[in-house]
Amino acid sequence: MNPFIEIITQPDNIAIVIMIIMVTFFTGWAFQQAFENDKLLAAGRPVDGENDKFVDTFKPLVRIELLIAIVVMVGLTIWSIAVDAPLEEIANPTITPNPAKAPWYFLGLQELLVYFDPWLAGVVLPSLIVVGLLAIPYIDINPKGNGYYTFAERKYAIIIFSFGFLVLWLLLIVIGVFFRGPGWLWYWPWQEWDHARVVFEPTRDLTSVIGIDSRSLPGFLIGAFVVGSYLAGGMIAPYRYWKKNNPELLSKLGMVRYITIMFLFITMMSIPIKMVLRLVFLIKYIWITPWFNV
Amino acid sequence: MKSLPEITEKVRKNLIWKSIFRRDYRNSIRDRAQAVFGNVFLHLHPVQVRESAVKLRFTWGMGGITFFAFILLVITGVVLMFYYHPSIDQAYTDIKDLEFQVPFGVILRNLHRWGAHFMVIVVMIHMFRVFMTGSYKAPRQFNWGIGVFLLVLTFLLSFTGYLTPWDQLGFWAITVGTNMGAATPLLGYQGPFSEYLHITPYNDIRFALLGGAQVGGNALLRSYIWHCVAIPLISIILMFVHFWRVRKDGGISKPQK
Ligand code: HEM
Repeated sequence: MNPFIEIITQPDNIAIVIMIIMVTFFTGWAFQQAFENDKLLAAGRPVDGENDKFVDTFKPLVRIELLIAIVVMVGLTIWSIAVDAPLEEIANPTITPNPAKAPWYFLGLQELLVYFDPWLAGVVLPSLIVVGLLAIPYIDINPKGNGYYTFAERKYAIIIFSFGFLVLWLLLIVIGVFFRGPGWLWYWPWQEWDHARVVFEPTRDLTSVIGIDSRSLPGFLIGAFVVGSYLAGGMIAPYRYWKKNNPELLSKLGMVRYITIMFLFITMMSIPIKMVLRLVFLIKYIWITPWFNV
Repeated sequence: MKSLPEITEKVRKNLIWKSIFRRDYRNSIRDRAQAVFGNVFLHLHPVQVRESAVKLRFTWGMGGITFFAFILLVITGVVLMFYYHPSIDQAYTDIKDLEFQVPFGVILRNLHRWGAHFMVIVVMIHMFRVFMTGSYKAPRQFNWGIGVFLLVLTFLLSFTGYLTPWDQLGFWAITVGTNMGAATPLLGYQGPFSEYLHITPYNDIRFALLGGAQVGGNALLRSYIWHCVAIPLISIILMFVHFWRVRKDGGISKPQK
């Protein structure tokens, strides 16, 4: 069989295909409604839902809930008749499958292991995702766009969230499921997996690019300086910029909110930055310390 | 021969019918309201809702679908429990028996497996919808927080279920997953600074998760109890807080400008 068809029709991968279809559909629907409302807002007309009337719960709401339940039940039943859940060989600690993959919804995090050490990819970043999600309502002080789809009224919030959710979370999952083979090497879905394949990919550290041993004291200091300036610069530069161009925004945000937002944002952006460093410049670590590497 | 309306009338007048439904339904405003608050399942709803709660395009029904998936998983999960022993000698053969011995065992297992994938997908889409409509903004900040915990619990429900068939897939997925625990700063034996706390593979976070230094019988029992008892209980409690707050925060969010 065509390896591409083979990989997308593996029983557990069908869920991922369904996810891709559903997410694409609903993302499209969300943005379509957002743009429609934006047009209404620009024309000074009420947005969708603004002049809603009340209806009885019984039966309109109960009816639609029942209908949805039936549709979902039928769909899952068909899925369960058509596709059997696989059962692999009995667990055997002495035979390690290659690749050994985490459950699919954690594959984005597993993908991060290529770019970050496990304590960051597996512990710190996931914790910060949860903290960041919890913080959203308290750091987004834009009162607009509450209760309706809109893009124009909250561009930055939507761009940042969509980037995190659709690209950093979902796209990395899709890559982990369909594009990672033995040795966590990149395989196109139509490529045959080759267990003997080794890729010699010399990686280096940031300072070794300019000829300084990353494990030496100067290397340590330069690394610390680069990481430190990224953090400090990321904190200070937007502050300076807004102070000059939009001081109102800063005073509305307040110091605690500003620091939280920027810290979360800097952390999030460190992911694509490290991906580019690794994939384009073959740089593995920026800063090597005796305790941990970044 | 009696006509159908006559039979219905007779059934409605019957003592047993009346004891169940308590009163007649005549489609008056009062009866429609009574149908909601007189019913323990329906009374999670308010008596009246705004139109957009009924139209698909606003909520996509995603929260409700997540809840439906959860109920389906509880039901199929309880039935599966009748056929399953959480021990490494029996777990795998119990799953094999579902395939060859248990009537409808295959479809039962399939429904539970695909339902679980489905719930993870729809809970993420629900979160995306709530974000896109800005429904986490005041007064719903707290309920968004409850939602975030429900999201994490949904992942953990699925994750702990992975190990239960005791096959290679689950074994190695859990091995990879819990190895991350070993990398926790301070508390995992491979994590930074852990040597200062004298952390070893035998007293770190991973050990606590697995009940041992490796994925074995204790890990199977632990994941089973988390999966079938502890996490569902916590989730149910949080779901009821979540639904309660949807109502108390004024129902499905509406344009506020
Ligand atoms: C087990 C998981 C969950 C269940 C069963 C659930 C269920 C529901 C239901 C039935 C509603 C009513 C409206 C609708 O269907 O959209 C709702 C609303 C809401 N959910 Fe969830 N939810 C879950 C997870 C989440 C998550 C992960 C979040 C966000 C991080 C969240 C945040 C909210 C908020 C803020 C509302 C109010 C929305 C509005 O008023 O428009 N929930 N949820």
